[in-house]
Amino acid sequence: MARFKLFLPLGLFVALALLLARGLQLDPKALPSALIDQPLPEFSLPVLGAEQILSRSEVVGEVALFNVWATWCISCRVEHPYLGHLATQGVPIYGINYKDDDAAALQWLQQLGDPYRLSIVDAEGSLGLDLGVYGAPETYVVDRSGVIRYRHVGVVDERVWSEILEPIVTRLRGDG
Amino acid sequence: MIPELGHLALIIALGLALALSVIPMWGSYKNHFQAMALAPSLAIGLFVFVAISFGCLAHAFLNDDFSVSLVATHSNSMLPSAFKFAAVWGNHEGSLLLWVLILSIWTAAVAVFSTPLPLPVLARVLAVMGFVAVGFLLFSLLTSNPFARLLPSTPSDGSDLNPLLQDIGLVIHPPILYMGYVGFSVAFAFAIAALLGGRLDASWARWSRPWTNTAWAFLSLGIMLGSWWAYYELGWGGWWFWDPVENASFMPWLAGTALVHSLAVTEKRGLVKSWTVLLAIFAFSLSLLGTFLVRSGVLTSVHAFAADPTRGVFILVFLACVIGGSLTLYALRAPAVSSRINFSWLSRDCLLLLNNVFFLTATLTVLFGTLFPLLMDALGQGKYSVGPPYFNAVFVPLMAVLVPFMGIGPNARWKQDSVSRWQRELLVPALVALLLGAVLPWFHAGEFNPWVALAVVLASWLALAMLRDLLSKLRHASGVGAGLRRLSPSYYGMQLAHLGFAVAIMGVVLATQYSVELDLKMSPGESHEIAPYRFRFDSLEQVRGANYVADEARFTVTRGGALVATMAAQKRRYLASGQVMTEAAIDAGVFRDLFIAMGDPIGDQAWAIRLQVKPFLRWIWAGAIAMALGGFLTLADRRYRRARSAATLTLPGANASGAI
Repeated sequence: MARFKLFLPLGLFVALALLLARGLQLDPKALPSALIDQPLPEFSLPVLGAEQILSRSEVVGEVALFNVWATWCISCRVEHPYLGHLATQGVPIYGINYKDDDAAALQWLQQLGDPYRLSIVDAEGSLGLDLGVYGAPETYVVDRSGVIRYRHVGVVDERVWSEILEPIVTRLRGDG
Repeated sequence: MIPELGHLALIIALGLALALSVIPMWGSYKNHFQAMALAPSLAIGLFVFVAISFGCLAHAFLNDDFSVSLVATHSNSMLPSAFKFAAVWGNHEGSLLLWVLILSIWTAAVAVFSTPLPLPVLARVLAVMGFVAVGFLLFSLLTSNPFARLLPSTPSDGSDLNPLLQDIGLVIHPPILYMGYVGFSVAFAFAIAALLGGRLDASWARWSRPWTNTAWAFLSLGIMLGSWWAYYELGWGGWWFWDPVENASFMPWLAGTALVHSLAVTEKRGLVKSWTVLLAIFAFSLSLLGTFLVRSGVLTSVHAFAADPTRGVFILVFLACVIGGSLTLYALRAPAVSSRINFSWLSRDCLLLLNNVFFLTATLTVLFGTLFPLLMDALGQGKYSVGPPYFNAVFVPLMAVLVPFMGIGPNARWKQDSVSRWQRELLVPALVALLLGAVLPWFHAGEFNPWVALAVVLASWLALAMLRDLLSKLRHASGVGAGLRRLSPSYYGMQLAHLGFAVAIMGVVLATQYSVELDLKMSPGESHEIAPYRFRFDSLEQVRGANYVADEARFTVTRGGALVATMAAQKRRYLASGQVMTEAAIDAGVFRDLFIAMGDPIGDQAWAIRLQVKPFLRWIWAGAIAMALGGFLTLADRRYRRARSAATLTLPGANASGAI
């Protein structure tokens, strides 16, 4: 019986190895394919810094970016100035403030500037879960009818915008 | 021609490693003296050929041989020589070669310094290390050949090293970190040899200890260098991000810390042998797991290498062989009957094991947080990310509870102690620590911050309890000088490492609590104040470096009108790749760091500027350095050089039966 206990570490390792083997077949950056060309999930969440509950229908209607951000996310700081630049160019950007603290988020926008039309407060990460957010920052391109057309994981910068996102946005705008 | 020589040397090294893993091991079972005696020579040969191979790759980098694919993609003729050399390991293939080189250095070191060991033990230890080397050499040769050529279409210049890596940090951080990471292979090899020989005893623990302490000290230093590098190079002033790759190096450190303490119990009291062996396997397994996580692409991270599934499969199979094999061996051969518990709850033995509980919990916590996104993904539960909130929420309380015991530990006696004695010895330090915690934050900041107060209480308790222990050790000495001389280097090493831990606690908490950071729009001529410092943006200049051009923001910082520092932050554009990099200006000090980083230009002459004042930041790294020095100091202990006298006993595992 005592000998049996000594097999415990081996058992745990086998479980871990199976997990890692499964992990090799998964791409941590891949969007669950189900969500591409699917409508943006329904939600009913507060707006950052306002006494208002927002639902899906109020944010769809034009081609827009949905940017998942948080104050705890280092890379979000990196992309923040560029989002500001895009906003001044008239690109509509909605923020999804993901698993964050409201006060910290407001202070951040005050200090660094606010590129967002508005930021949806996703404190519990429920919208993030529906979207399949892996981490922040992530940026979704949503078309006029509210369908997700593209997902970018990581920082949006000059190159990502001009090589990937802008062509998609332009095409979607031209579609009809 | 030279790259081909390097490739050949690597193949020869593989042959030697194969011989090393087979012949001495066979000899140790057949009691074949010559076979066993071959081990040290094979180990040194392995080192020589890996070193030749590494030298050939370095030669290709230093001489801009862009026909070598690795050089063409990771170097550039304009790169300063020191960075050309460091570029050797600034990529997957080269860093893997560095891994193997450092493994062969450790193997050769064991061969040279462990001659007093009984031959069968030495043979088995080296054979196990040889086996690990076989795996990594195969990995390098089969999936990650660093010498692959780009012929005949050799590019005229290289596409440059990632600018983030063009830094003194790349020159020193990876080699030191790998020394630590890979160094646990020695403790692992000793543990496996002990399991094979069925000889788990105090002398096994004594042989392992100096090697484990050295590896642990290198790893402390390596992690500290990584944190320091991230702080000034990533450009945002953070010093720890709980990134998967950081965690990959932190987990072996946590497990290694547990191992260092558990080995002490096993050596001094002959207890918990199975547990210590398991920890030794665990620490090295975590090093291997870290290698897997960093190089297979299963997790996203800021500094993961380019992902490649075949590499992932290879390492996973190797992990299964090494870890799975050693845990099977453990299950079959470790003493099943736990050593009779003949110590009381109130003893140093117990406190050291309590350390193990804390550090193992911490390790598993970090492991769980690191693998959680993968686990959820594999279960089809969607994509998750685990960030600093989780790690801080679990890690901080764990460490806060650890420290009170850490103060008692060194004061406690082996086997049996009493609360009344602890009260007598430690009541004064405890009260003084509480007093300092209540008072010092007021003095420093003029307000009471509970986190800072907690940190001061914990750190001063630790320091005062150590002092108390030193004083009681001197109590019976004829004089202070004589008493100090009589204490062993191990003791001083322990003191220094624990003191370093106290210093690091102060640094972590105070830097987090008292940091002020402002993101501003500033134009030349403007100033801004973060009390008591006044930052003045003097001018904006264009400067040119060896392989980049930069906008430079020059600042003067004053305090009450007196000049404190002139600082120049840069926004660099690297010429070869066109990449833009933030080069922060940092004025370091014992009690505060001043930090300026440039964001983006906002219109005419104005820039987004980040100003930070970070009090006590350097204490974090000073503490880590003290811990590392403490670890190194223990090597001077004479008792580790008396192994020969203990080695004259016969070895039950030397025959084929190898019964426990």
